[in-house]
Amino acid sequence: MSSRDVILGRVRRALGGPAGAPSTYATDIDRSYLREHGSRTTEETVELLAENLADYRAIVHRCSAGELPRTLMRLLAEHGAQSVVVPPELPASWLAEADPVRIHDRAANTAAELDRADSVVTACAVAVAETGTIVLDGSPDQGRRRITLVPDHHICVVRVPGQVVSSVPQALERLDPARPLTWISGPSATSDIELDRVEGVHGPRTLEVVLVSED
Amino acid sequence: MSGTFVGMPAFPKAAHDAVRNTTLRANLKHATHTIRDKRARAVAELDDWAALREAGKQIKDHTLRHLDHYLVQLEESVTAAGGTVHWARDADEANRIVTRLVRETGESEVVKVKSMATQEIGLNEHLEAEGIRAYETDLAELIVQLGDDRPSHILVPAIHRNRGEIRDIFAQEMGRWGRPAPEGLTDTPAELAEAARLHLREKFLRAKVGVSGANFMVAETGTLVVVESEGNGRMCLTLPETLISVVGIEKIVPTWQDLEVFLQTLPRSSTAERMNPYTSTWTGTTDGDGPRTFHLVLIDNGRTDTLADEVGRQALRCIRCSACLNVCPVYERAGGHAYGSVYPGPIGAILSPQLRGTASEIDASLPYASSLCGACYEVCPVAIDIPEVLVHLRERVVEGGEVTLRGTKVTLKPAKGHAAERAAMRAARWAFTHPAVLATGQRMASRTRRFHPRTVPGPGRAWTATRDLPQVPAESFRDWWQRTDGGKEGQK
Ligand code: SF4
Repeated sequence: MSSRDVILGRVRRALGGPAGAPSTYATDIDRSYLREHGSRTTEETVELLAENLADYRAIVHRCSAGELPRTLMRLLAEHGAQSVVVPPELPASWLAEADPVRIHDRAANTAAELDRADSVVTACAVAVAETGTIVLDGSPDQGRRRITLVPDHHICVVRVPGQVVSSVPQALERLDPARPLTWISGPSATSDIELDRVEGVHGPRTLEVVLVSED
Repeated sequence: MSGTFVGMPAFPKAAHDAVRNTTLRANLKHATHTIRDKRARAVAELDDWAALREAGKQIKDHTLRHLDHYLVQLEESVTAAGGTVHWARDADEANRIVTRLVRETGESEVVKVKSMATQEIGLNEHLEAEGIRAYETDLAELIVQLGDDRPSHILVPAIHRNRGEIRDIFAQEMGRWGRPAPEGLTDTPAELAEAARLHLREKFLRAKVGVSGANFMVAETGTLVVVESEGNGRMCLTLPETLISVVGIEKIVPTWQDLEVFLQTLPRSSTAERMNPYTSTWTGTTDGDGPRTFHLVLIDNGRTDTLADEVGRQALRCIRCSACLNVCPVYERAGGHAYGSVYPGPIGAILSPQLRGTASEIDASLPYASSLCGACYEVCPVAIDIPEVLVHLRERVVEGGEVTLRGTKVTLKPAKGHAAERAAMRAARWAFTHPAVLATGQRMASRTRRFHPRTVPGPGRAWTATRDLPQVPAESFRDWWQRTDGGKEGQK
């Protein structure tokens, strides 16, 4: 007998017979928990996102759509970036004023090449205000998962209020499980040494989030 | 479970030694109290905590009751998404499968993100014996691995080490495994983390095979979820060409929507954060992004035996948040190593004897590694009644009875070493069913309490060698009740 059959057989014996397809899922689970915590205006939700991002040591900026190219140029310059990784369909205008050399996100790039890049700029899929989280889903304006991991400086642009939701349940509703997702709440961190929080063990040490208001 | 902890003394002996190690106790006390206080604040932010906890419990209970269905569904959806599913009935089989999969890639080293399941089966040791190097990449796991040590906490495995000890381990050992620690390394956490970053990055950039566990698997979609902080998880999940995930069969949730419960309760219970820095989800493989080959190894290793016990089954709801460790007065004093298992603390005390059976001395002693204060149940985000299972397992150890072992029903004999406890329990039962005797006994105890020794002579000595006898109150509860009419007469 295959191990598959052995394990399924043991499960069925443990349950006193094959349980089969459950018809009781909907009624077994009481979902009276909240869809979001507290009530806020749209502006307050964006404000909460900014606060919670900053609370976990992301650096938050706000600007209008028209100011975005200039803002990105400035942030890259302040970081001293010589090179920046760019996802295939990042809106061209965003980096129109930025100086660093572009490294285009391609499957053929090696991890070592990415390791030499100074910064990366991406869009996001959705941002969660209550937890201060940005979620990337690998869409063409966000690129492969590794480009926001290997370079030490990540700038993420969030369109507000359109891409902002209040809560984790609302975020999951908007996301497609078939895509690879990366939820990011502040820069990489560890508390493994006497519980002192230290930023950036393996992921980017600096996370900057630009909340850009839609015109 | 594996032989990782073979030769461990039983809990009382191990704990007895641990409580005498003052550095360990100070490290532990600081750590558990800090996390515990932060957690309480993080939980208080959500005013629907009780409802989330109940939903988490119900989702897991529902899944366990229909586990055969969800396992088959998961297999189908992972396969449809481009992954390959393997089934392993025990640690040995799981280790053999992983070894074969690594061999097939032609590689002789793997990078690993911290995983309780691979620790449980002793995968690293097995790979080592087969000539394959497994590098742990979580900072704390690195500390444990370099120090040739064992993890002592689910969440912060090197909680028993202070910064000075970590500096020494890095300075002495890193060079033997790869990039050495920088000259003149100090013991500031930032410098230590930087040394680990440089040491490990070298390994990530050349790694061809990654090994992970998973926090959740979604049956409906075939999605796996890993929750972490440092980014080492993301490195292992996305840079290698081949990814092998080794996961216990109890980690399933039915639907994508179910994650909305656990992604709220897990981070807050675990690291006391609103959300951990990184959560990765993946469904099979994605063209041009991440590993080209994905293997899922589903392990039983005692889980179906646990499922067969209707009281003990609830231990399978555990989402490994470690909240119960941080509130446990016994864990705080004894430390994680005393539990002789990768699962320490209250959850370890009920999980290990079920996964491994109670035949060994350490496993038979684990259900006693508790004061039954109930704090673990209070904090548990999936409401596992740990005290209830502890008492249930004590009864099993003392009385024996029917259990399922490796899928077969067997009748356990009462454990030998527990004769004194068995006698005590029998006496207690007799006394409780003879109220007059109980009353007299209590009164006698009150009146003679000045003469009570700290340890019991004769066969009771073994029991009291590791416990102080409870202080006997000046007046028994019954006497107080009668004298004051249940408190209505006021005190004294
Ligand atoms: S038993 Fe509960 S509190 Fe303890 S680790 Fe598991 S889920 Fe967390």
